Amino acid sequence: MKPYVRKQYWNRPTMSWWERAYLPEILRGLSITGGVFLTNMWHWMTFRKGALTTYYPEQTRPDYAAGNRGKHVLTQRPDGRPQCIACNMCATVCPAKVIEIEAAFDPDDPVHPKYPARFEIDYSRCIFCGLCVEACPEDAIRMVKEVPNLPTYDRQQLWLSLPELLNWNPQRDVAKPYPAKAGSENTAKGGADKTKGPT
Amino acid sequence: MMQDLVVYLVFIGYAVAVLLVFGTVLTWVERKQAAIMSDRIGANRAYVRIPFTQIKLVWLGLFHGLADGIKMMLKEDFKPNSYDRFAYALAPWVVFTPVLLVFAVIPFGGTVVPAKLLQSVPSVAAWFGDRTYPMQIARVDAGLLVVFAFGGLTIIGTMLAGWSSSNKFSLLGALRAGSQMISYELIMGLTVLGLILIYGTVDLNAMAQQQSGVLLGFLPAWGIFLQPFAAILFLTAAIAENKRIPFDLPEAESELIAGYYTEYSAMKMGLFMFAEFIEIAIIGALFTTLFLGGYNLPFMTDEGFVLPGNHVVSIGHAAIVVIQLVVFLGKVLLVSSFQILVRWTLPRFRWDQLLRFAWKFMFPLALANLTVTAVVVWALHA
Repeated sequence: MKPYVRKQYWNRPTMSWWERAYLPEILRGLSITGGVFLTNMWHWMTFRKGALTTYYPEQTRPDYAAGNRGKHVLTQRPDGRPQCIACNMCATVCPAKVIEIEAAFDPDDPVHPKYPARFEIDYSRCIFCGLCVEACPEDAIRMVKEVPNLPTYDRQQLWLSLPELLNWNPQRDVAKPYPAKAGSENTAKGGADKTKGPT
Repeated sequence: MMQDLVVYLVFIGYAVAVLLVFGTVLTWVERKQAAIMSDRIGANRAYVRIPFTQIKLVWLGLFHGLADGIKMMLKEDFKPNSYDRFAYALAPWVVFTPVLLVFAVIPFGGTVVPAKLLQSVPSVAAWFGDRTYPMQIARVDAGLLVVFAFGGLTIIGTMLAGWSSSNKFSLLGALRAGSQMISYELIMGLTVLGLILIYGTVDLNAMAQQQSGVLLGFLPAWGIFLQPFAAILFLTAAIAENKRIPFDLPEAESELIAGYYTEYSAMKMGLFMFAEFIEIAIIGALFTTLFLGGYNLPFMTDEGFVLPGNHVVSIGHAAIVVIQLVVFLGKVLLVSSFQILVRWTLPRFRWDQLLRFAWKFMFPLALANLTVTAVVVWALHA
């Protein structure tokens, strides 16, 4: 049996004697961290902000990344009803299983007789993958740059339902045309079963 | 006799208050300093609401320490099914008590003359007479030896905790703590020996008083200028003794959960944490007394300032006492802050590196330092 020879790695770290003395390098590291401390402390003491942190629930950053998609919206027909046909494709494709749809029948609208009586998204589990948007055959669900203002002490508050999802206000996404905002008509028509307005 | 009792009760009250306040405030300092060092804000959400109003006092997150304390008091005191309940319950106290006791021999101020302080009340002043008291709880000649004796007791507590928890991680942590603390205590002792040679005493108060002189005409005669090497070695060994990063192998959370106190919860675990934070202050106090001139500003004695060139500026007794108390606390806080800076800068050692560092690097250095000091002291005195 061959004697065990420790493998020599080609990228073995080599240190100079100065680095191996350890103490000077420690002092260098301490001066870096101490310098950062003193700089930030000076900022705080002169009433400026010495940190990069945003005080989150009270403040939000205006400069989200260009590709950020943090909120679901349901698109609407010109009369304000949701474009969704309750086909459940988004709920099926959703990897986190956060979408719950309850379909209902509307005899007044022969073109789209199926509509969502209940459409809820659980933001406590949503992973913001965007698969629901890709799966939708009707362009009924989209994701916009805004983030839902969600911080809360109650887990139940993280379930957003039809009114919140329809009451959206896209500001920057110009890739696709949105239906024109028709004044107060654009806001959601109340709860789940009242969504279907008179046609 | 009664006078002694009154004065020493005041001293003891002051010392306990200082230590407990340091223990609580240092948790806050650690959080905030770490945050500021890494461009963050730090804990600032805990508040105290004034009853019947909506005024919330946040005070830069100072109340987080209070919240921690309340949480630890109210938590379930989980007890493992251990075969040694007594040792399990005893261990936190064996760790906590010696840490408090060490402060008994550390002088936190110069000599106080109660009769001079209380001049405005002649009857009390007369009662005290011409008694003088060095501001130190226990006036022991063997001051430094007491420090090391009590410091050594902490090892027993950690070993007890690890052994009686009947948990592999605890036992591993305790073994690591034992070998690490014994190794580094030796180095602490060796580095201090040089100072003992120079000052010719182990009485901490006498050491502090000798440091108010002048070296070479302009330097304050602080231990750090007499023994710069020993100062670095002492601080390193002291941090290792306190088991903090970069020497936190006994409680390395990524390897051993929490090391020897894995099985402790509620206030028992709080005692371990509290002891650690108080020990930061104790190390600061020791380092201040041994190397940073104790409670005195540079060129300052119990009578006033003696600037280089024999300019004497005398100050009133009350002012001197206040200055000394404040200066001592300030120096302790600075050294504690430096320890926290070290803790948030350096990565953890590997276990074999830790012991090799102690025995093959620091031990010979401490010995060499001691030898050189001994030769120089002998040459100067001969």
